[in-house]
Amino acid sequence: MNEARHPLRLPGTAVLAALAMLFLYVPIIVLVVLSFNASDMTTIWTGFSLHWYAQALGNDTMLVAIGNSLTVAAAATVLATAAATSAALGIARSGGRVRTAVEGLLGLPLLIPEIVTAVALLMLFVLVGVRLGLMSVILAHTVFCIPFAYYPIRSRLAALDPALGEAASDLYAPAWRRFLRIELPLLAPGIFAGALLAFISSLGDFVITYFVAGPGATTLPVYIYGMIRTGITPEVNALSTLLLLASVAVVAIVFRSGTTPANQTRGEKTS
Amino acid sequence: MNDTIVAISDVSKRYAGAVQPALAGVSLDIRRNEFFTLLGPSGCGKTTLLRLIAGFGMPDSGQISLDGKLLGQTPPNLRPINTVFQSYALFPHMSVAENIGFGLEMLGQPRETVRSRVTEMLRLVRLEGMGERRPAQLSGGQQQRVALARALAPAPKVLLLDEPLSALDLKLRREMQIELKRLQTETGITFVFVTHDQEEALAMSDRLAVMRDGVVMQVGSPENLYDRPANLFVAEFIGEANFWNATCLERSGAGGRFAIGTSKAVMPVAEAQGLAEGAKAVLVVRPERITLGAAEPGLLHGTVETAVYRGSDLVVHAALAGGGELRARLPGSIAAAGLIGTATGFAFPADAVRVFPA
Amino acid sequence: MSTVRTSPGLLAAPAALFLIVFMLVPVGLMLYVSTLERGAFGGVNWGQHTAIAYEKLLFERDLAGQIAFNSDYIAIILRSFRLAAVTTAVTLALGIPTALYMASLPPRRAALMLFLVTVPFWTNLLVRNFAWILILRNGGPLDSALATTGLVTPPLDILYTPLATGIGLTYSFLPFMILPIYVALERIDRRLIEAAFDLGADRWRVLSRVVLPLAAPGIAAGAILVFVPCLGAYVSPELLGGGKSLMIGNLIQAQFGASRNWPFGAALALVLLLVLLVALALLASVKRRERLAS
Repeated sequence: MNEARHPLRLPGTAVLAALAMLFLYVPIIVLVVLSFNASDMTTIWTGFSLHWYAQALGNDTMLVAIGNSLTVAAAATVLATAAATSAALGIARSGGRVRTAVEGLLGLPLLIPEIVTAVALLMLFVLVGVRLGLMSVILAHTVFCIPFAYYPIRSRLAALDPALGEAASDLYAPAWRRFLRIELPLLAPGIFAGALLAFISSLGDFVITYFVAGPGATTLPVYIYGMIRTGITPEVNALSTLLLLASVAVVAIVFRSGTTPANQTRGEKTS
Repeated sequence: MNDTIVAISDVSKRYAGAVQPALAGVSLDIRRNEFFTLLGPSGCGKTTLLRLIAGFGMPDSGQISLDGKLLGQTPPNLRPINTVFQSYALFPHMSVAENIGFGLEMLGQPRETVRSRVTEMLRLVRLEGMGERRPAQLSGGQQQRVALARALAPAPKVLLLDEPLSALDLKLRREMQIELKRLQTETGITFVFVTHDQEEALAMSDRLAVMRDGVVMQVGSPENLYDRPANLFVAEFIGEANFWNATCLERSGAGGRFAIGTSKAVMPVAEAQGLAEGAKAVLVVRPERITLGAAEPGLLHGTVETAVYRGSDLVVHAALAGGGELRARLPGSIAAAGLIGTATGFAFPADAVRVFPA
Repeated sequence: MSTVRTSPGLLAAPAALFLIVFMLVPVGLMLYVSTLERGAFGGVNWGQHTAIAYEKLLFERDLAGQIAFNSDYIAIILRSFRLAAVTTAVTLALGIPTALYMASLPPRRAALMLFLVTVPFWTNLLVRNFAWILILRNGGPLDSALATTGLVTPPLDILYTPLATGIGLTYSFLPFMILPIYVALERIDRRLIEAAFDLGADRWRVLSRVVLPLAAPGIAAGAILVFVPCLGAYVSPELLGGGKSLMIGNLIQAQFGASRNWPFGAALALVLLLVLLVALALLASVKRRERLAS
């Protein structure tokens, strides 16, 4: 197709698109560049250095925060991915009304503003008597990780012939062997993408964690928030760059697996 | 040899949200070692019935038994019945050999047994040496053979085939029809075959059931259904036929004499049970039973409009004198040129006619 | 389509139950708490119902119990709506052309650009807002860059203003606008556009009469995906807005922190939920119109 003649190519769109991309990436570039700045003045460039990375990674409190973040993300990812895989298989095999209800429920955490989820969960935990700590954070993260894990698995499942599972049953496979030999291997790319997206969402969450994490359950974003509030040091730049790198890696892997997160979530993610 | 292997008694099934039931009181006996076909237009319930036999879903009422034992709630993995799926449903992440061996593996057969059985099956479906390929590397026809081999490998009591040939082109389809028939004879397994293609059904089946709207319209051998359709639907669905409105003039013995349409033609009919004198009826006559006759009063008259030479036969369309059309399949030795435009008489024997109340 | 005796829906039960317990129940609880009396030391007095949390949105009571109009909270709520509306408008203005441009690219380049838009979408919100602190602060890159043009004299004092909050919100939510519009444009049957050209429409007519109406559900979805979370934003106003441009999110947080007024916090959160419901109803009507039209 002749690009210049593409019907959607209107004068001005290229310029505005370039502006939008610039707007999206300049802050990221500034952040990354400054994280390698030798100066302790966060915004004046004096030379290349990995000093702040060393300092950040040598900070014990921060290492504890990273440890908490990884623990929470791992636990929430496992719980959410298992629940989402099971739900995807169940929904695919059940009829209209159950399907609509459960799918609506699964999409809810992406729809409800994060601050609302945060305070609602806080009240639940406090009133029921769940101690605020890593456990409450893991439970809260599982809530919003479920839809992130669910959508890629669902779209993978939708692309598979439903007769495959039936064929396995027909050939004498009991339910668990059908799952292990047929459904799990065939869904693996979707499950993998879903788990990665759940993991990165958990790792990056700030607002909900901020509300439901008690003392001793500080995650990396909560820790970074504290640092920003107390005074900006280049250490924050280094940490932020590391978090950024993690997201880019995850999105790149998911993209390469051919299941684009944008199409799966249909932009339903809220911040 | 005519004992029943699958007995279906009064089975009904309605899907959630559907107005019409998919099956409304179906009863059928499928015999051991026969090639049985469920034939009907889409939505007639034939695939639903097949799925119920396989165990994918349960009947709302009625029962299905296999070899005299009620299947009840038995899940598909515990039924010695295998299916060839319309989409083949080959496991894409497994080799051809792994696909074919899957059923035996699930049945806990030793590795050696599985391997030799897979080799045997590959030979049976003429895919020797293809065992290590992936399904995606095979042509449609080859995938079809793998699906067959996979379903036959565990030597099921019954093999179910859900429109397995519908994805193939005509030539391959014809080949596979012969192939399927050969496999059925060689293995001696009961085949239950679902199709909407009546030619395919006639060519392959020992017996067939014609279905419509969840009801069995007629069961019998291909010859039986073709020559003696039990109702207008079967007469229309299987083969070609002429349908003429007629009036019963006179009954005598089993048969009688009928006036066709508004013409003066009065035709003898060998069997006309259930029709009183003066009753309105539809006469059904297969085109190949019609011959050219004398242009005498009281016989069927018409003007030949088209005559198409088909090698073995000559297909003639004629406008009947009293209104209506006639289609005849005459021997190919008759010259078309001499017929077109001429008024001529047509005849058929009294036993070639089937009569149904209008 | 079941192949097992147990109902297949049971497989969905763990996820469904989990979300009922940790999503529906908490929201219901919040609704209930908003009707309760606040406890003397935080928390609530169970069984003591009052509408005071809602009254507080507009009125205050002095020590003598006199009710007087209080515009403090309504001002914050109105500011939140204003910021959310402006952000939605700006992201629309940038998002529609960007999505159009993306949809006009050959597949491989469109995929690359989709990737580039998606990366910020998945990048930590805190990090992204933090980057703007670096840029906007006095003596930061923006100051220096504008100073060299000589048009303005630094410091610009942008950071810790509603403008900074707006920039942060726009930045946070731009991908949420671009992605659904792009998906909608991508789904338009190319032949419809060609048919419009064939019938003699020029590019702008094709855009306004064919393309944008067909992409309307995507545009509406994008607007809602920006507006609703914007209204409840916490991070951008907190980090970039300073104390002078609080939004509903900050106000809610305060009720669970320093102010210890759960019923009022719950009532404020319900305002956000209500807006979400209205937005969803609007989206449903746009989609219904679309379906009727096609």
